[in-house]
Amino acid sequence: MSSMNLRLGRTLIYTLLIGFALIYLAPLYVMLVTSLKDIEEIRSGNLIALPENINFSAWVKAWNSACTGSECEGLAPYFWNSVRIVIPAVLISTIIGACNGYVLAQWQFKGSNMLFGALLFGCFIPFQVILLPMAKLLAWLGLANTVVGLVGVHVVYGITFTTLFFRNYYVAIPNELVRAARLDGAGFFAIFWRIFLPMSTPIFVVTVIWQFTQIWNDFLFGVVYSGPGTQPITVALNNLVNTSVGGKEYNVDMAAAIIAALPTLLVYLVAGKYFVRGLTAGAVKG
Amino acid sequence: MFKYLENQLPKLVMAPTAIAMFVCMYGFIAWTVGLSFTKSRMMPQWDFVGLMQYEKLFANPRWMVALDNLWIFTFLFIVISLFLGLMLAIFLDRNVRAEGALRTIYLYPMAISFVVTGTAWKWILNPGLGIEKLVRDLGFTDFEFRWLVDQDMAIYTIVIAAVWQSSGFVMAMFLAGLRGIDDNLIKAAQIDGASTTRTYWHIILPMMKPVFFGAIVVLSHIAIKSFDLVQALTGGGPGYASDLPANFMYTFAFNRAQMGVGAASAVIMLCGVLAILVPYLYSELRSDKQ
Repeated sequence: MSSMNLRLGRTLIYTLLIGFALIYLAPLYVMLVTSLKDIEEIRSGNLIALPENINFSAWVKAWNSACTGSECEGLAPYFWNSVRIVIPAVLISTIIGACNGYVLAQWQFKGSNMLFGALLFGCFIPFQVILLPMAKLLAWLGLANTVVGLVGVHVVYGITFTTLFFRNYYVAIPNELVRAARLDGAGFFAIFWRIFLPMSTPIFVVTVIWQFTQIWNDFLFGVVYSGPGTQPITVALNNLVNTSVGGKEYNVDMAAAIIAALPTLLVYLVAGKYFVRGLTAGAVKG
Repeated sequence: MFKYLENQLPKLVMAPTAIAMFVCMYGFIAWTVGLSFTKSRMMPQWDFVGLMQYEKLFANPRWMVALDNLWIFTFLFIVISLFLGLMLAIFLDRNVRAEGALRTIYLYPMAISFVVTGTAWKWILNPGLGIEKLVRDLGFTDFEFRWLVDQDMAIYTIVIAAVWQSSGFVMAMFLAGLRGIDDNLIKAAQIDGASTTRTYWHIILPMMKPVFFGAIVVLSHIAIKSFDLVQALTGGGPGYASDLPANFMYTFAFNRAQMGVGAASAVIMLCGVLAILVPYLYSELRSDKQ
């Protein structure tokens, strides 16, 4: 009797788990099959039907000729805008975060804990409260609607998280290590370079993935601080979907959405473990 | 001299960050708060008018809709995400096969941007060609599902998409919490004759309290900041029926040249975050010291 109950329980658990897995996968599946159909088939068929003949024309159009507002060059230019924003912003914010974390964890000075608290708080502020003055500052610096300006914004507001990651990682390392190295005559940077950096690979991976995902997926800063020609892919995707020249092309919309999601999805599939670690570190302790 | 510089190095390294932080965070917050007490419209102007912008804000039906939506959205988003996340975590924790694959599936939406999520759900919920047509093709020809264009229901489509995106993350938090529980505790309870349900309800769930708190803080934080999802899924519509405060702020500050009202709404949002955050950080810091 009890073994039958057990088996019933197991079946129930697996049914639920698999059922939910299918629900979570459904939107991705729908996006994919829709992007491979032509518009006739979308109108006559339904959401989950497989395409009768696989058709990549929606992908081609989404990439290089769909209209995003008044421009009709597809997502390609905006994809590269995002790349140009993401790479420097991730690198700079990660490097600054590593140095900050090293100081805050191992070279504490009077007020350094308060500084850390003040930084931590910055992880939480709703960015709406800084949007207007930052727009003024960028205009004053002549950086409004530029890639450099957007990189700057992402660096400034990303440092809080990167510093937090590195500080929490380095704080677990006993301070005796630094003291011993100093007795041997090693300086601030030498200790960082020779002792701390070599053991930092995991936290670098976590931080880079976190920053990459955050900045690639950003929409708020993109829509406020970019102009025609510097818009990141999220903004272009939104424009593409809401541009209604002629009939709605759902297949192109879906292909465009997948293109916009692909880089972060790939990173997640390759390095999911580090992605989750960043999420929990950034969210729970943040 | 050299020695002195060497000793100052840590401070020098921190200096750029400290300056950027005080200018771009605390300075900017002060600037926005200040602006919310002026009658700025197109351009900032510094003649103070007291609480006029706040009065205007709360007399604005659009803002009141956005606030109502925020309560509805936050409440449902948190409750459903917690329920689904906890359920999936408990089941995943019971030695299931292919746990890694299942976890990967539950969590992948978190890697996608809200704009993509919004775009995808906008299509799935499309009245006419989306779920409605799917169910009609199955034989239920009278089936109607038009939440996306229904004033009263549009906000719930945002809940659906947001839950889809974030509940896997809650699952990951709970799973980490469950893995941290000593197995002997559970075994002891079962030797005492407690059923599995009772063990979970009376022993394991109470131990998950910190995870609940953490998840609630994270989820409410996501909810207050939600902007992209609304923008992509409903555009705040129909009309402004599914606006959230962040969308209101953006519209008034940047599209309508009503800086003062925009700043006031941003300050209210900040107060909302503080109301959740301060008690949480306070309790965290206290438990850290103990």
